[in-house]
Amino acid sequence: MSQTKPYRASHLDALEAESIFVMREVMAEFERPVLLFSGGKDSIVMLRLAEKAFAPARIPFPVMHVDTGHNFPEVLDYRDQRVAGLGLNLVVASVQEAIDSGHVRELPDGTRNRIQTPVLLAAVEKYRFDALFGGARRDEEKARAKERMFSFRDEFGQWDPKNQRPELWALYNGRHHPGESIRVFPLSNWTELDVWHYIAKERIPLPSIYYAHDREVVERDGMFYAVNEFIRLRDGETSEVRRVRYRTVGDASQTAAVLSEADTVEKVIDEVAATRITERGATRGDDKVSEAAMEDRKREGYF
Amino acid sequence: MSQAVLENEAAPSARMDLLRFATAGSVDDGKSTLIGRLLYDTKTIFEDQLEAVETASASRGDEYTNLALLTDGLRAEREQGITIDVAYRYFATPKRKFIIADTPGHIQYTRNMVTGASTADLALILVDARKGLVEQSRRHAFLTSLLRVPHLVLCINKMDLVDWDKSVYDKIADEFTSFAAKLEIGDLTIIPVSALNGDNIASRSENSPWYEGPSLLHHLEHVHIASDRNLVDVRFPVQYVIRPQSTTVTDYRGYAGQVASGVLKPGDEVMVLPSGMTSTIASIDTADGPVDEAFPPMSVTVRLNDEIDISRGDMICRPHNAPAVAQDIEAMVCWMDETAPLRVGAKYAIKHTTRSARTVVRGLQYRLDVNTLHRDDKAGELQLNEIGRVRLRTTVPLLADEYRRNRTTGGFILIDESTNRTVGAGMIIEAQ
Repeated sequence: MSQTKPYRASHLDALEAESIFVMREVMAEFERPVLLFSGGKDSIVMLRLAEKAFAPARIPFPVMHVDTGHNFPEVLDYRDQRVAGLGLNLVVASVQEAIDSGHVRELPDGTRNRIQTPVLLAAVEKYRFDALFGGARRDEEKARAKERMFSFRDEFGQWDPKNQRPELWALYNGRHHPGESIRVFPLSNWTELDVWHYIAKERIPLPSIYYAHDREVVERDGMFYAVNEFIRLRDGETSEVRRVRYRTVGDASQTAAVLSEADTVEKVIDEVAATRITERGATRGDDKVSEAAMEDRKREGYF
Repeated sequence: MSQAVLENEAAPSARMDLLRFATAGSVDDGKSTLIGRLLYDTKTIFEDQLEAVETASASRGDEYTNLALLTDGLRAEREQGITIDVAYRYFATPKRKFIIADTPGHIQYTRNMVTGASTADLALILVDARKGLVEQSRRHAFLTSLLRVPHLVLCINKMDLVDWDKSVYDKIADEFTSFAAKLEIGDLTIIPVSALNGDNIASRSENSPWYEGPSLLHHLEHVHIASDRNLVDVRFPVQYVIRPQSTTVTDYRGYAGQVASGVLKPGDEVMVLPSGMTSTIASIDTADGPVDEAFPPMSVTVRLNDEIDISRGDMICRPHNAPAVAQDIEAMVCWMDETAPLRVGAKYAIKHTTRSARTVVRGLQYRLDVNTLHRDDKAGELQLNEIGRVRLRTTVPLLADEYRRNRTTGGFILIDESTNRTVGAGMIIEAQ
């Protein structure tokens, strides 16, 4: 090689290449993969990576939304548009239907995060999915920091943190017996900032609630919740219109917004780079239950 | 906790390089404190994380904020005060994004360190200045060399407790350098630090005027990793064949994979193994359009000018630079299973690049004592965390290079066919 070329890959190029490698590996080794797609930014990035991994062919697996019934309408619209645009099959695993049919019972506090798990597992069993792509990242939460890229789940969908397969080089072991499955996390090594840089680089459209907008909110425990059909004012609370955006999009009854003026992707990147609070810490009521809330849910089969 | 934006410094950009490093050491060496310090000094620890750690420390009755709790996330770890497994941490400076594979020093250290080191560009070993080199430091240095981690950093920690005495540093540095000379370690940097006080971590310390080297963070940001990649030997393991079933794209047949080494260009003459058929590259495709060249770690799709039967597990290389097509493999194997040892005569599944096969253990030449490097040629099996030189025979040929020449085409894993557990990691010495 006489000419001096840098052959340089940026960290985003390297992360993209790794995620694409992981997706192709799953497609080659599994019978029935599915991609969990909620319309949240991480699953949107994951879907974009799937598009790139198999181009010019279509994404060769369906997507599934575990629908708590507590949705932001902008996000549902986005989900349907994106799925139609890519010509994909959408499987909706509905928590509301499961409640109506008596398969799961509504919790006294009305939150549906925990009862998503049996609904997810029932759908996995019904469609015999053997690999589930999830958009979780290791920087999100400390239990996730210890989870593998290929995370083995037994026939009950359970994660056993003490009994994980060592992961060496890029040699992923996806072997499993019938009824068992693997959760695959192609974004494991991405941070929140990487995700936003990638959204900017790829010019990926997002649901509008990710950018600053005026919204009627109520402040609870330092978090700003939208006032809507899922979150009603309690005695003594008052609502106000603030300029906010969402950093994460989960169950609409559990996800809070942050105060923000960032109405473009570049401004969001500036905010994310400067923020001193993790995204789940700033916006998720469901993680505040206990020190090991996420670990406990994962052990039960949560993604 | 209500305000998201507090400050805005030079933000990590979209075009940094990526450096993966593995840390090894026990709690006593101050490893968690060092990582905590790196995260803190690069503003990676978030307020809510620090708050959670402070709360957890207080409820455990710790006298200080225990930064080990940042990485020890699982319930059992907090209850028992141990680290179970490899934890991955992330931080970035304007120059680089870093992925830390943080491996515990005590139980199952070999399995965890081998796992963390397998993908690392750099290994960071800590010693306590008061204690000097211990058995574990030598073990970690050996594993770094076995896994061919290109760069090694030895941090001599707790220098504040020996009054920044240069002679203490010199003695440990000399001893380590002469030990490392017996191993194959490409690049060694030795830094005196105090992780607790932050000396020589993010910036040079005034306490060590006699030390002329870089701070740890400066070294991590600048260590030259671009040459670590093998850009000479073209190796493209075929992962998946893309054949769109659509009316708009017809007759497309592309071989998808990640470049393991070398540089591929359209027009290049290539050979496909194991068939040995040759062709030329018609185009190198990505979803963003064709590219002029592909190099590691790019994931691309290669199309050839001739119709050859190619499937997953095949390898695209160059006619005069090809890996061995081999069923007899000599390798160093690290055993990772606690339920059963590696035994001569046993059969396993083997995964090497994108190729899967079955293998039988034909022989165990010796077991290596990782502390003394003594070779025990009487050993009949390898227990958990033991390393030995093993002879394997595979059902189908592997397309293999020596691990020392190519970490991607020279490494493999062994899988127990009944439990599906990953039970061994292998580094090829010879393939024929």
